[in-house]
Amino acid sequence: MPHLDLQDVTVRFAPKRKPEVLALDRVSLAVEDNMFSVIVGPSGCGKSTLLRLVAGLQEPTSGRMLLDGAPIVGPSAERGMVFQSYTLFPWLTVRDNVMFGPKLKGQSAAEAGRIADELIAQVGLRGFEKSYPKELSGGMRQRVALARALANDPRILLMDEPFGALDSQTRQLMQELLLSIWQKHRKTVLFITHDIDEAIFLGDVVHVMTARPGRIKKSIPIDILRPRGIDTLTSEAFMSLKRQVLGLMHEEAVIADRG
Amino acid sequence: MAIRSVLAPKVEIPRSLYLGLGAASVAVILALWCLLTYGGITPPDFLAAPHLVVEAGIHRLSTGSLIDDTEASLTVILAGFFFASILSVPLGILMGSFKVVEALIEPITGFMRYIPVSALIPLLILWIGIGVEEKIMVIFLGTFFQQLILISDVSARVSKDLIDCSYTLGASRRQVIWRVLLPACMPGVMDNLRVTMGWAWTYLVVAELVAANSGLGYMILNAMRGLFTDVILLGVFTIGILGLITDMIFKFARRWLLPWSAEF
Repeated sequence: MPHLDLQDVTVRFAPKRKPEVLALDRVSLAVEDNMFSVIVGPSGCGKSTLLRLVAGLQEPTSGRMLLDGAPIVGPSAERGMVFQSYTLFPWLTVRDNVMFGPKLKGQSAAEAGRIADELIAQVGLRGFEKSYPKELSGGMRQRVALARALANDPRILLMDEPFGALDSQTRQLMQELLLSIWQKHRKTVLFITHDIDEAIFLGDVVHVMTARPGRIKKSIPIDILRPRGIDTLTSEAFMSLKRQVLGLMHEEAVIADRG
Repeated sequence: MAIRSVLAPKVEIPRSLYLGLGAASVAVILALWCLLTYGGITPPDFLAAPHLVVEAGIHRLSTGSLIDDTEASLTVILAGFFFASILSVPLGILMGSFKVVEALIEPITGFMRYIPVSALIPLLILWIGIGVEEKIMVIFLGTFFQQLILISDVSARVSKDLIDCSYTLGASRRQVIWRVLLPACMPGVMDNLRVTMGWAWTYLVVAELVAANSGLGYMILNAMRGLFTDVILLGVFTIGILGLITDMIFKFARRWLLPWSAEF
């Protein structure tokens, strides 16, 4: 049984005084336990909508969504999410931000603090525990957001273009950091991006989506050995996978453009 | 063309130049005032000379009447502002984030914000008399509806992602309201309270227009009858200075209470 199982998930939007939009069309997707799955697709294809459905922030028009066999109803701490926009609580210090989830669960301050300190060290922000978000750079804020989502020990970690707002050097460092942390925790991850390099560099499997209405066009296993580093990006295997994904994405971009 | 010139838009200027220009504008007004009065261009019952205003201030401080008038005005302003804020802050936050509350309140605030408070004074007198309550009510009505709209806007602007993110961290609806929406609104609330406090001062004279027997507004209106321009100016300066002080208090309170937020 797959860990996360989406069956024929369809989403229709009916904006006021505008024609109905079919955002997702019978999407079926199985995410295996402890796998790093990436969804890549052209902008507007509904990939963010798909992630919000799994997070429970939105409801599908039809279809079934199961996590470990149980239907997904509403948001929950077991499906943690990292957003593209900066979502740290500005009134809380780095440490208090990371402690937010554990404290809501009713864990003691000492226990929550221990979890926070460990994760802050893992994302390389020791010494910034007492800083407020306004004092941090974009990359540092996203590292705290990652630590905060992991502090709840979620069953699946959802990431919606978390490095989309960062410059390319910072983005590369963040990808490497994410992989090193992932290798430790082996969390099931569902990661959304429109960046093909990012998708192949991070994923065990890359699902390519079609232009609107969004469907899974093809799922491509990424059999590049881990740990992956900067050399991976120029390897033969990487290049051939990139060519394949690029081809699929290009077809969709052309369709979307004619749209 | 030098785009770093002090006359280019959005270019920082040296602090000394900034302070110098500020001092210069005050000095020009003072010089003009001296010229008009000591130069004999305007008669004293049109514009009192600076030293007469200072003398009027010293005299009224020694008799205690300036203190009494200030106290009366501060009571009216602070009470009116306090009651307006204590209602408008929670209501405004709810209005900006809950469509149900917005639908209920919007038609009334949309209408009331265009009614000048002075137009309501006759009704207020009929309903609650001519005591201090009526004056407090003028300040209340003058600030409440404006605060409501400003604060509802602050609440509406709280990032949807911040709210959604809290849900995925395990927060319940109640916890999202108390632990996320409320603190996220605080900087905007403080800024708008500061702005509306300034407006409350501008309603003071309107509030003390009718049947007052103390207060700075009353002092100014009373002085007009005897053409005592020195007392009028004294009242104006006192209001200005008190307004500045309350503004500073808000500014420092924000820095002290909300050290985490970006500066206004």
